[in-house]
Amino acid sequence: MAENILELHNLTKFFPARAGGVFTRAKGEVRAVDGVNLTVARGETVGLVGESGCGKTTVGRTVMKLYEPTSGQILFDGQDITKLSRKEMKPIRSKMQMIFQDPFSSLNPRHTVGSIISSSYTIHGIEPEGGVEDSVRELLSLVGLNPEHINRFPHEFSGGQRQRIGIARALALKPMLIVADEPVSALDVSIQAQVVNLLDDLQKEFGLSYLFVAHDLSIVQHISDRVVVMYLGKVMEMGPTKVLFESPHHPYTKALLSAVPVADPKIGRSRERIILQGDLPSPVNPPSGCVFNTRCWKAQEICRTTVPKTVQITPQQTVACHFPE
Amino acid sequence: MSKFLEVTNLNVTFPTEDGDVHASNEVSYSVGLGETLAIVGESGSGKSVSNLAVMGLHNPVRTKISGTATLNLADGPVELISASPETVRRLRGKAMSMIFQDPMSALHPFFSIGDQIAEAWHLYNNGSKDDGIKKATEMLDLVGIPDPDRRVHDYPHQFSGGMRQRAMIAMALVNNPSLLIADEPTTALDVTVQSQILQLLKDLQREFNMAIILITHDLGVVAEVADRICVMYGGRIVEDGTVEDIFYRPEHPYTLGLLNSVPRIIRGSSHRLRTIPGQPPSLINLPAGCAFEPRCGYAKKVSSGACTAHVPDLSDKGIGHLSRCHLDVVDLSNLVKDKA
Amino acid sequence: MLYTAILLAIVSLSIFFIFDLIPVDPARLVCSKQCTPSLVEANRHRLGLDVSVLEQWWRFIIGLFAGRTFGEGNIAIHCPAPALGYSFSRHECVTKIVGEAFPFTLSLALGAFVLWLSVGISLGVLSARKKGKFADRAASVFVLVGTSLPTFISGIMVVLFIVLQFNLVNPLELGNWHSPFTDPLGWLQTFFFPCATLALAYAATYTRFTRSNVIETSGEDFIRTARAKGLSEKVILRKHTLRAALAPIVTIAGLDFAGLLGGAIITEGIFGLNGLGKLSIKAVTQTYDLPIIVATTLIASAFVLIMNLIVDVTYAFIDPRVRTT
Repeated sequence: MAENILELHNLTKFFPARAGGVFTRAKGEVRAVDGVNLTVARGETVGLVGESGCGKTTVGRTVMKLYEPTSGQILFDGQDITKLSRKEMKPIRSKMQMIFQDPFSSLNPRHTVGSIISSSYTIHGIEPEGGVEDSVRELLSLVGLNPEHINRFPHEFSGGQRQRIGIARALALKPMLIVADEPVSALDVSIQAQVVNLLDDLQKEFGLSYLFVAHDLSIVQHISDRVVVMYLGKVMEMGPTKVLFESPHHPYTKALLSAVPVADPKIGRSRERIILQGDLPSPVNPPSGCVFNTRCWKAQEICRTTVPKTVQITPQQTVACHFPE
Repeated sequence: MSKFLEVTNLNVTFPTEDGDVHASNEVSYSVGLGETLAIVGESGSGKSVSNLAVMGLHNPVRTKISGTATLNLADGPVELISASPETVRRLRGKAMSMIFQDPMSALHPFFSIGDQIAEAWHLYNNGSKDDGIKKATEMLDLVGIPDPDRRVHDYPHQFSGGMRQRAMIAMALVNNPSLLIADEPTTALDVTVQSQILQLLKDLQREFNMAIILITHDLGVVAEVADRICVMYGGRIVEDGTVEDIFYRPEHPYTLGLLNSVPRIIRGSSHRLRTIPGQPPSLINLPAGCAFEPRCGYAKKVSSGACTAHVPDLSDKGIGHLSRCHLDVVDLSNLVKDKA
Repeated sequence: MLYTAILLAIVSLSIFFIFDLIPVDPARLVCSKQCTPSLVEANRHRLGLDVSVLEQWWRFIIGLFAGRTFGEGNIAIHCPAPALGYSFSRHECVTKIVGEAFPFTLSLALGAFVLWLSVGISLGVLSARKKGKFADRAASVFVLVGTSLPTFISGIMVVLFIVLQFNLVNPLELGNWHSPFTDPLGWLQTFFFPCATLALAYAATYTRFTRSNVIETSGEDFIRTARAKGLSEKVILRKHTLRAALAPIVTIAGLDFAGLLGGAIITEGIFGLNGLGKLSIKAVTQTYDLPIIVATTLIASAFVLIMNLIVDVTYAFIDPRVRTT
C-alpha cells in the first residue's frame, strides 16, 4: 500500500497546434501541461486551481489517461501507469473515477439513471454483492436521491441532481481516487453548497482521495487539504490550504486571491486589491523564462530569461519564483 | 426626486407547452444616475427576463407584459412598456444599453470589432466610414485595449475573453447611454480578468455618471460594486435594500440562506456549508403562498399559516429596506443572528 | 492552388487507368464490320492505346499545351492546343466537339443556378420569417414536391403539359442554339424551361436549407446584441442574419454548380439540348467513343476541383475565422 495514491513526476502534455491551410502541419505546440509535480496522499483532497489555459483540466484528464502523457510519470497507488495501454489500464480504471463539469452533457440522455450508474458494473464485469439493482438503489440514496427514481431519465432531474447521479456513477466501483473536474461550476450557488457537502461526507465515509480541479477559489479553499496553483501549464505554488490562503508566497497566488470578490462589502471594498495588467498569454506562445513575468509587478530581467526552479520552502510548501514573498 | 429608471409592477409571462411561465411577477425597482443596482438571483429567478423586457428585447409575439418602466430622460419621461416598439428601439443603444454574458457568442464573427462598434455609432451619428472607425478606436482605447489603432480591425476570434468583453462595453457605451444593464458580464471570465472588468465599469460609471443595473448570482461581485441590491426568487423580488442592509441585516430567509451557502476565503475555518435544502421553484406552477416556503426553515414561526395561504407583500421594515416575508418584525430583525 | 493542380494531375491519371481497366476494347469497337486483326492493331495505334497508361496520360497532358498529332503520314491529323483527343467516329477534334456542346451546358447550369438560388433563398427567408404561418406551410409543400420529383418526370411533365399544351415555345426550336448576347429572346426560348425544370429540384433543397439556417442564426447571441444596439429588424436580417446563415450555402452551391457543368444528362436529353451531358451519354452508349468519354469525364472532374478552390477562397473571404495568417 503506497502512501500516496497519486504521484505526478514532471508530467507534460503538449498538443500540436495546427495552422490551418492546405497541408496541415503542426506549427508549434500548445504546452498545456509543462512539468507538473504533485502528489495526492491517501484520503486527502488536493485542489488544483488556475485560470483559463493553466492546464488544470488537462492534468486531470491525463491522470485518468484520457490523454496520453507527452513525457513524465504517473504513479497510481505505487504503480507506474504512464505507458500502460488501454487494455492494461482497464483494471486500474475501476480504482480511479472522474466527475465532470457539465451535468447537462455528461449523462447520456437516452439511458435511464439506473443504467448509467450500473454501466460501471457492466463494463468491468463486476457483480456487486446483493445484485446490481440493489447496489444502484443504495448508491442513489447515498447521494441524496430517491431510489425510486432509478428508471427515470436525466432530463427529468435538475442540474444539481444530475451532478449527484454523476457522483453515484463514480462511486459504484468503490474507487480510491476521484478526479473532479469543476464539479460544481455549472450549478447555482445554493446547490453548489449541497454538492460540496456531499463530496465532503462521502470522503469521510469511504476514505476517498480527491483531485479537485476548479477555478473557484472559495470552493477549493473549503474542500481541499492542500492546494496547487497553476499558470500556463506550470505549478506556481503548492501548500496546505490554510497556509497558502493566509500567506501566499507566489505573486500570482497573491493576485489570484486578491481578485476573488469577497461576499462582504466592508472587507471587499477596503482591502488591498492587486489588479493584474494585461491578459492571459496564449499557451501556444508562453512567455520565456518565468511564464508569469509579463503580468508580474515584481518582474526583473532574470524573470524574463530564466525559468525559476521549484523551491521547497517548508516540507509542505513549494514555490517557483525568483522573488517569492 | 425620481430616479433615471423606475420599474413598477412589471409582469412578464410567456406560454410554453407545459403552461404559462410567470418569469417576472409584480417586479418593481429603480436605479438613479451614478448608482449601481444589483439584481441577484439564481437561474430561474427571473432576473434577466425583467430587464430584457425593459429593453424591449423580449419576443413581442408570445410574451405578455404589463406594468410600467419609465425612463426619466432629460427631455421628458418615456414609459417603455406601453411605447411602440419603434420608440423603444430608438432608445436602445442611445439612452440605455445592455451587455451580455458570453462575449464570444455575443459578437458577430464575420465583422471586425471596429465595424461593429462603428455600426452602433453610425446609428445615431452622422459621419463617414472613417469617422466611425476613428470613434471605435477611441472607445477601444477608453476601455483599455492596448494598441487600439491596429486592433480595431481585428475580428472577435482574435481577441481574448476579457478583451472581447471590453469591446462589448465599448460598443454599448459609444453613444453615451445613461443606463447600462449588464447581464452576468463577468461570469464567463477568469477571476483576474473579472476584477479588471469590474474596475473598468466602476471607472466608466464615474466618468459618464451612468446608472448601472448588474444582474448576477455572484454575491462577491455584488459586495464589491453594488450600492443597492434586489434579491429575486421565483420571479418576485423578495428583498430590496442597500448593500449594507442586505449583507449585514438580511430580512428574508432566502437572502440569509444565500449568504450562508457562499464559502468565504477570509474566514479560513473548515466547517460544513449551510445549504438551502431543495430546489428553486418552477415558474409555471407557482404555489398560492410564498414561493420560498417549501425550503424555508422559518415558516413554522408564522403561526397563522399565512406562508402557504397567500404571497406576502413587499413591505418596508426600515428606511428603504423592503422584504417580502410573513415573519413579524422582531423575528425578521433576529434573522441575522443565524448568519454563519 | 498548387494543391488543385496536383489533384487534377492525379485525377486525370486515374481516369486513364480506369478506362484501361474497363474490359472493352475501343480499338475493336471503332472497327467497322470488316474487321481484321491488323485493322484493330492499326486502330489501337491510332487511338494511342498501344503504349503504357502513363505514356498515354503524358501524351494527353502535352497535347493540352502544345496540340497533338494523331496518326502518321498522310492520314495524320493535327489538333491544335488544347487538344483533348480525336474522335474517329465523328472525324473531328474532340476539343471542337466539346466546344460546341459546352455553351448549352453552361447556359443550362448558369440559368438554373441563378434561378434556384434566387427562388430558393428568398423562399427560405420568407418561410423563416413567417414560421408556422401560411406562407411557411405553402413553401414546405413546394419543398416536398421539388425534392420528390426526379427531373426525368418533372422535365417530361413540363414538356407535355406546359410547352406543348400552351405552345409557349416553338417545339421545333427547342434544341436550337441562340447566343444570349445577340439573341436573348431566342436563348430564353431554348433555355427557360430546361433551366426551370432543373432549378425546381435544387430550389426546394435550398429553401429548406436557408429556412433552417435563418431560424437557427436568428436565435444566436450576436443577433440579440444587434437588437440591443438599436438596429432595425430589416437591417438585422439583411446584414447580420443572412450573412451568417448563408455562408455555408456558398460551399454547397459551388459544388452543385460544378456538378452541373459536367452536364445534366437527363434534362439535356428531354429538352433536346446538345450539351456535354448528351455528348457523354451518346459516346458511351452509342459509339463508345473513348476520346470523347475521357475528355468529358476529365472536364467534369476539373470543374469540380476548380470550383472547390473557388469555394474555399470565397468562404475565407466571408468568414474571417477560416482565414490563416
